[in-house]
Amino acid sequence: MNKDSIFRFLLSTAALLVLLFTAGIIYALVSRSTEAFQEYGVWGFVGNAEWDPRSATEEYGALSFILGTLYTSFFALLLCIPFSLAVALFNGEYYKGKKISSAVRSIVDLLAGIPSIVYGLWGFYTLRPLVIALGVSAQGFGIFLSSVVLAIMIIPYASSLSSEFLSMVPNNLKEGAYSLGATQIEVVQYISLPSAGSGIVASYILALGRALGETMAVTMLIGNTNRIPRGLSDTGNTMASVIANQFGEADGLKLSSLIAIGLLLFIITAVINLIAKLIMKKISLI
Amino acid sequence: MKAILRLKEVSVSYTPGKNAVDKVTTDIYPNTITAIMGPSGCGKSTLLRAINRMHDLYANVQTTGEIILKGRNVLEMDPMEVRRMAGMVFQQPNPFPTMSIYDNVLAGYTLNGIRLGKNEKEEIVEQSLQSVALWDEVKDVMTKRGSFLSGGQQQRLCIARTLALKPEVLLMDEPTSALDPISTNKIEELLLQLKQQFTIIIVTHNMSQAARISDNAMFMYLGELVEHGNTTQMFTKPRNKRTEEYLTGVFG
Ligand SMILES: Nc1ncnc2c1ncn2[C@@H]1O[C@H](COP(=O)(O)OP(=O)(O)O)[C@@H](O)[C@H]1O
Ligand SMILES: [Mg+2]
Repeated sequence: MNKDSIFRFLLSTAALLVLLFTAGIIYALVSRSTEAFQEYGVWGFVGNAEWDPRSATEEYGALSFILGTLYTSFFALLLCIPFSLAVALFNGEYYKGKKISSAVRSIVDLLAGIPSIVYGLWGFYTLRPLVIALGVSAQGFGIFLSSVVLAIMIIPYASSLSSEFLSMVPNNLKEGAYSLGATQIEVVQYISLPSAGSGIVASYILALGRALGETMAVTMLIGNTNRIPRGLSDTGNTMASVIANQFGEADGLKLSSLIAIGLLLFIITAVINLIAKLIMKKISLI
Repeated sequence: MKAILRLKEVSVSYTPGKNAVDKVTTDIYPNTITAIMGPSGCGKSTLLRAINRMHDLYANVQTTGEIILKGRNVLEMDPMEVRRMAGMVFQQPNPFPTMSIYDNVLAGYTLNGIRLGKNEKEEIVEQSLQSVALWDEVKDVMTKRGSFLSGGQQQRLCIARTLALKPEVLLMDEPTSALDPISTNKIEELLLQLKQQFTIIIVTHNMSQAARISDNAMFMYLGELVEHGNTTQMFTKPRNKRTEEYLTGVFG
């Protein structure tokens, strides 16, 4: 065998191994969650808000955590929109190509590099007392605190992609608008944002995907409660945090239920990412 | 006749101390077509874009001198007002792809935050599209995107979009250079019609186009206005040697 074919062989093997790992993860998730799904049925498991590990009344359902995940992620997304849009407009429109914009970009990228556990600590020791002082909740833990930290964590993902899309808006369109007497804010409103619109939406969907699966910081801040949160100030659990909080002391049906939640989370995140990718693919075809 | 636009010692520089347009002085008369000619890089676009203050969009571009539009110095006016008075058509047709044909025509109003009644809108759209001879071609596809039209139609839509604001002058930067001969022809005919209502300044690379449609011509070279005057006179008896060389194709 010559060098070329050895190299080609190594490449294909590595690629194949990655495929096998993925398949292996999916297989493990599916096979180990079967027990829970057989016990309750898929919809019985997804639609049940009870999570009761006491052996006499043992019963497991994912609904509380699905809703907990949706509440925290969407509220985080909502909080993140004004900031990431501002950063995106700053970098992609107002200070496009300027030194200050690459400085802002680096700082925002820095946010993306902070480990989740550090966000968790910061949320725990700095933000939680603030949340208590604001009177949102007595302990500070809960959906609100988690969402605020999540929002900050996903700003880099939402803003860097959307500023990319904003800066791709053709200059001749903007000049066309300026030549009709538009001001900069009118150009942003009527030309740049609509032109970059679907790209910006795709960036937010990707950011949402990050928020859905984010584990460590949320686990530290959400309050580990196994029921449907009654509001933003309530405690709860997300799909990721319930697994992180409870897998250590779980076995049997409980463990299978936790793995089933992991499988569901995997599916939701994959679908969300797929939607974002499809939107972006459609844009690049235009 | 009184000039509608007077340029007095207009200079534009992209880098300090280096004029891309150097002390251009000329008068433009109402209801005429003026062609700006000259080799690539001589400052035609730069001069045209000084008139509607496009250079304000970019830092470091300096414009000096006086540009008097209808008695007012453009350089001391609000640039947004200037741009509504001096409409611009670009080399590459640039209809707004997120807007319908209808909304493209009205974009000047939307972009300026001017609200119009439905009747007023319909009237402006029809009138503007009529005047660029596009009405019959698009009146049944008004809700389609502007980018759905052919290149020539797109350019006429862009002209309609500027005409909708009823400007004093129309600034056109090589508006037909991206178009096929038939579309070019159509736009040339159109300009001859439009000069009855508007004053047109057109940058062109195409000498026969300048000869066909312009009343007056300006010949620029290295940022300077070398010669300006009646088109026929310039083409038959150019006063300057550079002009003659350019027109006879010695350089270009
Ligand atoms: N944005 C710019 N920055 C720096 N220099 C420029 C810019 N645009 C044009 N120039 C320079 O100014 C001169 C005139 O350019 P331009 O007006 O575009 O010429 P024309 O339209 O006659 O081809 C050229 O030397 C060109 O390189
Ligand atoms: Mg040019």
